[in-house]
Amino acid sequence: MDTTVGDVYEVFRQEEQGDPFRHAGNLLAPDDDLALQYARDLYGRRHESVRLWVVRRAAIMEVKDADLLASQLDRTYREGAGYRITVEKRKALRARVAAERGEAK
Amino acid sequence: MEDQAQIDEFKARIDAGGKVEVGDWMPEDYRTRAIRFIEMHGNSELMGALPERDWILRAPSLRRKLALTAKIQDEVGHGQLLYRVAEDLGKPREAMLEDLIAGRTKFHNVFHYPTRTWADVAIIGWLVDAAAIVSQTALRSSSYAPYARTMTRICWEEAFHLKQGEDAVLTLMAGTERQKEMCQEALNRWWGPLMHMHGPNTPAERDGDLAWKIKTKCNYDLRQEFLATYIPKIREIGLEVPDPNMRHDQATGSWLYTEPDWEELKTVVRGAGPASQERLGFRRFNYEETRWVRDAVLGSASVAA
Ligand SMILES: [Fe+2]
Ligand SMILES: [Fe+2]
Repeated sequence: MDTTVGDVYEVFRQEEQGDPFRHAGNLLAPDDDLALQYARDLYGRRHESVRLWVVRRAAIMEVKDADLLASQLDRTYREGAGYRITVEKRKALRARVAAERGEAK
Repeated sequence: MEDQAQIDEFKARIDAGGKVEVGDWMPEDYRTRAIRFIEMHGNSELMGALPERDWILRAPSLRRKLALTAKIQDEVGHGQLLYRVAEDLGKPREAMLEDLIAGRTKFHNVFHYPTRTWADVAIIGWLVDAAAIVSQTALRSSSYAPYARTMTRICWEEAFHLKQGEDAVLTLMAGTERQKEMCQEALNRWWGPLMHMHGPNTPAERDGDLAWKIKTKCNYDLRQEFLATYIPKIREIGLEVPDPNMRHDQATGSWLYTEPDWEELKTVVRGAGPASQERLGFRRFNYEETRWVRDAVLGSASVAA
């Protein structure tokens, strides 16, 4: 990083009140005050954000663990989509129950 | 002393659908209520892991065991997320845990009851989680934005909880007579607690949490929503709702039912439910057993500081 021009800052913006903050981009600024000013100029001047967060890139850490984040193991037992079979099971059961109730009458 | 004009302005902002972020100014009443509400939610997630925990070793197949373990891990995770939101509002986590195990704060009524058979676990996964999803989905529009965003994340995980529970119920109901009976018995046991779950019909105008839009739907509406979706689903698979008065009233469009015993709810959440003390006892034991971990972690933080 060229220290004569400053630090890289990542900018996160909130589009509507209550929304999660989303990464918008980054900027280069010589200090915190100018980083805030540049963020206003770049991401705030068209009312496209209700809030802006500006964070030094150096302060951002990343989790790098493919075994966790993109595991090759079968994890379908812990996902809603792993239970699509319930649609078929319910259909079959509903038909059976309806038939039994019909016979009972 | 708070400035009334500032409070009025805040109230007007909330009424207009405005959202509050953690660093914003907020009236003390808002902060206190938000902490209490979110803390109780966090307590419930943490305590909610226990009834099902009893069944990890007894789950009927490896996949069910994996699913149950994952669900319980999620619930404890929800507790962590929620405690963090409450902590950010100003109540330290240690204080929340200590208040919980000392019985000074509450957790949801359903987690004060024992799980007698595997069918109880199936009914909890399906219907207790379904009832919780109804509440939590509504909370996605809470005026307290960090809480609302946490709800979005939690609801996403809850979808799996409900599905694995429903799958277990459907499997039992498609099984032998004994399995069906077991499932019906579990539904009978859980029906009372389920009807209590959304709370008494406190009039909206007397509900301060509703006034600040910390929560957005009244208890009555939440219960109606739950019944409208799940009564037909329960009945069509051959289960009977153990309330002879349960029916949909065409004229009003709402569900009629036998009024639940609200005294039981009060007794139970006060810590006098059938499994309350055993569960709190386990938490106390667990809290002591893990003290060294907290000391090690917090100790190193204070040294670094
Ligand atoms: Fe949960
Ligand atoms: Fe859940």
